[in-house]
Amino acid sequence: MIYLDNAGTTKMDANVKNAMLKYFDEEYGNASSLHALGQRAKEELERARADIAKCINAQPNEIYFTSGGSESDNQAIMSLARMGKINNKKHIISTKIEHHAVLHTLQKLEDEGFEVTYLDVQPNGIIKLQDLKKAIRKDTILVAIMYANNEIGTIQPVDQIGKICKQSGVTFFTDAVQAVGHLKVDVQKSKIDMLSMSAHKFHGPKGVGALYVRRGTPIFSLIEGGGQENNRRAGTENLAGIVGMAVALKKAVSEMDKTNAKLVLMRDKLINELTKIPHSILNGDKKNRLSNNVNICFEGIEGESLLLLLSDHDICASSGSACTSGSLDPSHVLLAIGRPHEVAHGSLRLTLSKYNTMAEINKVIKIVPKIVDYLRKMSPVWDELEKGGRKHVI
Amino acid sequence: MLYSEKVMDHFRNPRNVGEMPDADGIGEVGNAKCGDIMRMYIKVKNNIITDVKFMTFGCGSAIATSSMATELIKGKPIEDAVKLSNKAVVEALGGLPTHKLHCSVLAEEAVKAAVKDYYDKHNISYNKKEYAASECACVIEHKNAKSKQAKSAACKTNKTDKKSSATKSAKSKTTKTTSKSVTKTKTSKKA
Repeated sequence: MIYLDNAGTTKMDANVKNAMLKYFDEEYGNASSLHALGQRAKEELERARADIAKCINAQPNEIYFTSGGSESDNQAIMSLARMGKINNKKHIISTKIEHHAVLHTLQKLEDEGFEVTYLDVQPNGIIKLQDLKKAIRKDTILVAIMYANNEIGTIQPVDQIGKICKQSGVTFFTDAVQAVGHLKVDVQKSKIDMLSMSAHKFHGPKGVGALYVRRGTPIFSLIEGGGQENNRRAGTENLAGIVGMAVALKKAVSEMDKTNAKLVLMRDKLINELTKIPHSILNGDKKNRLSNNVNICFEGIEGESLLLLLSDHDICASSGSACTSGSLDPSHVLLAIGRPHEVAHGSLRLTLSKYNTMAEINKVIKIVPKIVDYLRKMSPVWDELEKGGRKHVI
Repeated sequence: MLYSEKVMDHFRNPRNVGEMPDADGIGEVGNAKCGDIMRMYIKVKNNIITDVKFMTFGCGSAIATSSMATELIKGKPIEDAVKLSNKAVVEALGGLPTHKLHCSVLAEEAVKAAVKDYYDKHNISYNKKEYAASECACVIEHKNAKSKQAKSAACKTNKTDKKSSATKSAKSKTTKTTSKSVTKTKTSKKA
């Protein structure tokens, strides 16, 4: 199997799995219990917290453990919204390319009377800093801009965004789910006030993540209960998962330069070779891009059928077509960068990891053009494009 | 598994893929916006559909339902072919996931559109109401969409009516030539 859907989820690192095992049936204490087993669990919990904080240059008491990226995103936004309600500041700024965990939370707030400005992105998938500056108002309570996009891999200018927000006195939250473990995230340097991360995106376990909240920034709990996480997130801590996340993040950070160097070579080879296919286009900036992300549209074909045929060759990938999302719209990210619907439906996302090899990439490079060609031959859209009844757009 | 073995078989080995330059009727339905377009060609002799070909832009369900629909109408009298229901196509395929059922509706409509085109070309009268072009489900959904994002997405629709362009291209096939001619489709060629 050639696994190229690492933005979807990653294979757990063996070190991570081994580190987690003892918490299931040896050190299985509840960190809130007073007995020795529980207290040992508490110690491990706090050690993991400190390790994770160090990886993003934060303080341990600024890290809250959650069930994953979605929960962290929800908690960050809802906390600031609650603050906004109290202070009668009901404006939030975000972008059109955020993950649904952010977008749907914002839509919920719009239904409750909040006003949200969704910044456009340029055709390369990056916001214009001028647009952000212009959008900030007296009643802006939060700026929520993702660090790196999950679909097209583009990286936002977080340092400058942090600077602008600091100058304007607005809280800056970033969904860094695709960035943590892949880029050198530094919450001090980038003046980030809140950040979400998810373990299964960097070879950790699924079902666990964290929310970083700068000391002084408000945070309210989404889940009430036994007072865990300093009363900010109830529920017995998923210690095995949390330890797994810490081990995974530490490893990812220590190997980062080496991994990225390897990934960039594979990524660029894929991009260069696959965009040789006629009427195809890379989605997102070529340079300001995650080292693991390839996303290309092929005119005249549809993504799900492309994925199914790739799957027959034991290649796992993803697409931004409507069919693959189960909705009737193709990827909102591809639409936001200006791809027309029919082109957005024909997208292919390949996301790499340290476990991929150049041999696998070479195989993919051979197979994808054949599949595109096969699907184009049976496509009435391609037929019209080739015969001139419809104009090629890419 | 997302799809049954039968669906996957029709997807991997679609029957009757191709063009038909001398078609007696051509129907194209669907909408690039929602990501599914089906074009069906029929050859009619003595009121029997003697040959049928299809081309489809769409997902696994779209290709499989097109393929199955062509198998179900080939060799049948036109009156029977027109009665083909999407339910029959789905049953013949052994079922489809709920959110994929709309693809089978397209197959039913493609057959109707091809037959309508045949009637139109040969000046055969028919009940216009029964063959009225229906709006694609997703276009209706976009009209009813509550969220701003869905609405703005709907506004950016490519307004070209694919049906009229299909009948136009069918009539002018002999006169239209381009420097890049598409290679003839081979049936069931696996990538």
